[in-house]
Amino acid sequence: MPYIANTDADRREMLRAVGCDSFEQLWTGAGVDLPYPMLENLPRGLSEFEVTRRLEQLASRNHTHLVNFVGLGYYDHLIPAAVGEITRRSEFYTAYTPYQPEASQGTLQAIYEYQSAMSRLTGMPVANASLYDGGTALFEAMMMAVRITRKRRAVISGAVSPIFRKMIQCYSRNLDIELVEVPADGVTSATERLLAAVDERTACVLVQYPNVFGTIEDWTSLVAEVHARKALAICSVYPLALAVLKTPGEMDFDIVTGEGQSLGIPLSFGGPYLGIMAVKQEHMRRMPGRICGRTVDREGREGFVLTLQAREQHIRREHAMSNICSNESLCALSALVYLTCVGRQGLIDVAELCLAKAAFARQELVRIDGVEPVGVGPFFNEFVIRLPGDASEIAGHMIDKGFAVGFPLGRYYPDRKDQLLVAVTEKRTREEIKAMANALEAVL
Amino acid sequence: MKSIFEQGRAGRRGSTLPQPDVPPAAAIPAALRRRTPPALPEVSELEAMRHFTRLGQRNMGVAANFYPLGSCTMKYNPPFHERLAALPGFAGLHPLLPQLRHGAALTQGALAVIYEAETIISELLGFERTTMQPLAGAHGELCGCMLIAAYHRDHGNTERKVMLIPDAAHGTNPASAAVAGFVIREVASDADGNVDLADLEAKLGPDTAGLMLTCPNTLGLFDPNVREICALVHAAGGLCYCDGANFNAIIGRVRPGDLGFDVMHVNLHKTFATPHGGGGPGSGPVGVNAKLVPYLPVSIVQKRADGTYALEYECERSIGYIAPFYGNFGVILRAYAYLLTLGREGFIRVSENAVLNANYIRVRLAPYYEWKFNRFCMHECVFSAAKQARNGVRALDIAKALIDRGIHPPTIYFPLIVPEALMIEPTETESRETLDEFIQAMIEIAALADKDPAAFHDFPLTTPVSRLDETRAARHPDLTA
Repeated sequence: MPYIANTDADRREMLRAVGCDSFEQLWTGAGVDLPYPMLENLPRGLSEFEVTRRLEQLASRNHTHLVNFVGLGYYDHLIPAAVGEITRRSEFYTAYTPYQPEASQGTLQAIYEYQSAMSRLTGMPVANASLYDGGTALFEAMMMAVRITRKRRAVISGAVSPIFRKMIQCYSRNLDIELVEVPADGVTSATERLLAAVDERTACVLVQYPNVFGTIEDWTSLVAEVHARKALAICSVYPLALAVLKTPGEMDFDIVTGEGQSLGIPLSFGGPYLGIMAVKQEHMRRMPGRICGRTVDREGREGFVLTLQAREQHIRREHAMSNICSNESLCALSALVYLTCVGRQGLIDVAELCLAKAAFARQELVRIDGVEPVGVGPFFNEFVIRLPGDASEIAGHMIDKGFAVGFPLGRYYPDRKDQLLVAVTEKRTREEIKAMANALEAVL
Repeated sequence: MKSIFEQGRAGRRGSTLPQPDVPPAAAIPAALRRRTPPALPEVSELEAMRHFTRLGQRNMGVAANFYPLGSCTMKYNPPFHERLAALPGFAGLHPLLPQLRHGAALTQGALAVIYEAETIISELLGFERTTMQPLAGAHGELCGCMLIAAYHRDHGNTERKVMLIPDAAHGTNPASAAVAGFVIREVASDADGNVDLADLEAKLGPDTAGLMLTCPNTLGLFDPNVREICALVHAAGGLCYCDGANFNAIIGRVRPGDLGFDVMHVNLHKTFATPHGGGGPGSGPVGVNAKLVPYLPVSIVQKRADGTYALEYECERSIGYIAPFYGNFGVILRAYAYLLTLGREGFIRVSENAVLNANYIRVRLAPYYEWKFNRFCMHECVFSAAKQARNGVRALDIAKALIDRGIHPPTIYFPLIVPEALMIEPTETESRETLDEFIQAMIEIAALADKDPAAFHDFPLTTPVSRLDETRAARHPDLTA
């Protein structure tokens, strides 16, 4: 039997030891007095070899050979082999949440170092041990602001990921939260209108940095205005971009969240990913999720524990800050190992490569007849172009040429059917970018 | 151990990058640049590998240690699953490809994995459909509660705002129901560890939205009245939620859908052998009967008549997006490999051996630790260390004594209704010899608790650190290096 050690002889002897002659008797003794279900529709068991062959076949049916320029918050970045090598160590992946600190110092110290790395990257004083993903993290941030301000209205920019906005709409539905969306203006957030929507009943303003169109916006004055209106400012970030960009901490944001996939986590068709959250010191005890702290043992040696647990569901039950229990610990470890291996200068180099290659791609694309840039603002590694036709249709033709050319914005923004969002990472070469531009020119 | 930030030196690097092959970009305006570079580690790759390898050595894990952490189902995680998840055809697949024109054709292999895993899990749970999207068990609970809320909203049941939850439930149950907008009312357990039917009936009424029941429950017991409980809740107009955290106990033996439950989550990182990862990533698929199918989150993977797969987004009554995409695909993939390996003849072997192993421990340890109930347990046995506590040795002390014997402790102090609880879940993958070693260790510990209770206060002695000052950690939080 797969993965079961006990032989039939073991089972017989053990049944006798518990006072049973058969499994029937064991089930009955445990109160399970029900007919056995019919499972005939299920397949027969396979060997490791057969399962591997089947999954290799399925993997080969996915078109990962396409040269990828699709982003929208999820990017095809380089991942040093060391990252997978560490996260596939059984001491990390076969452990549970570190409830017994003396037996879990490895996981705990890694979480503490991850929190530190997130704090340093975002410029915020404290971070938690992770949340599920960027979207759920942004929702949790909004609810945190609701708890802190005791107000139930949130203003969200239309330049926040449409996927995150749909998630927040979904979660808010049962919670008596008034969610106000302020449509974007071109490839920028409509800052004036965002501010105009903030009234005395507003708990928080939610923006994204760089925004979903790739544009880098300075939020410093918006944050000050939001604070003047007694609301909190929340920012969802692309963490890799923070290697070079002014930090949310420098802009005085109250809560920072983000999708951490860009930090050494594979795209893996939508997950597992990493929800980042970092906050100002004063909000530390209102933060959801696990938090690891450094302390000392009886001999005064440094060690780590899960702390501030009075916020959590296993203590507070329905009054907890969140219902989260398992988070994304192993993905947080990936991010930490990634940031360690790539390192301080390496992360800046990756960001500079992204900036340079995206600028180069944009230049190559807008050179094509009929292709126009949308917006002029500084962008990080993603930008919007206008095509002379339906972007979705054109992107479809580009697949036949071997390119996932970008994300047609019409899917989430019906008035942008001719706009394409193009992402370029350090993995794309000059040749790939030129070939993509040539193919697009041929398709148009 | 020194933190990674205290190692290496300025200028040291741990990775290589491609040389730039395009001109540098125009500089970002100074106002948008960060003032100082992020203070990230500056170490060589070897220093990084050594640091993290050594950190790993300061952990217990299932591969190295018996890990009978109750309710967490720390079974063996087959390593070939890790290899499969890393296949470039899966790991490198962008989740937005299906949203391109005719994009589903680009990801047929991945959609097949999701659909087929869903189909097998629906069959095992006895439900119509299962959404694979929830990103953890508690996220599945929240999703299930949102489905119940959507059902009542759709049926005009505006007054049904109360979720009934037994006192033995995991803290996530009330927390999840609260995030879905419900008011929580607790239902008592009776002396046998079952739901107190009189208390349940007293609390059912026109405000009842539903009941969340952990089955088998957190005492490791199967409530023989479960069908009656579901019928009572239905008669009162509520829906029944099954917390399937303990599904490992009944897989292949009982289908919760057949018992009357309307909705249920399972934890892929418990029953379906995906790694716990030191606290995630999890995955908490939610199965539903026909009543709740219309409200499932989008997208939904559908199989067309020609055998190909498509993603459906246009579902009018859907609760919407609970996850960015299709769930924790990498986790679902590992569970799918496990499902294929076990096959229909394997599932019942899982529950049989899980229940047998737990009862074997129960019978052998009952002379030494308090066992309150006069019946067999399911996949775990919850002892009380009350006897030892009277002598000054608490459940926590016993846990630390086990660590010194190379065994990860059971869950302690949960469920809350058992004083000094020791919640032991061996799982089906452990051999009889391992159980015997554990039992021997527990017997020795009980003897020591009689003879020399004071000795316990120094345990553990073999770990890199001794007991840590948790009060100091909470009073003077030090959360960043």
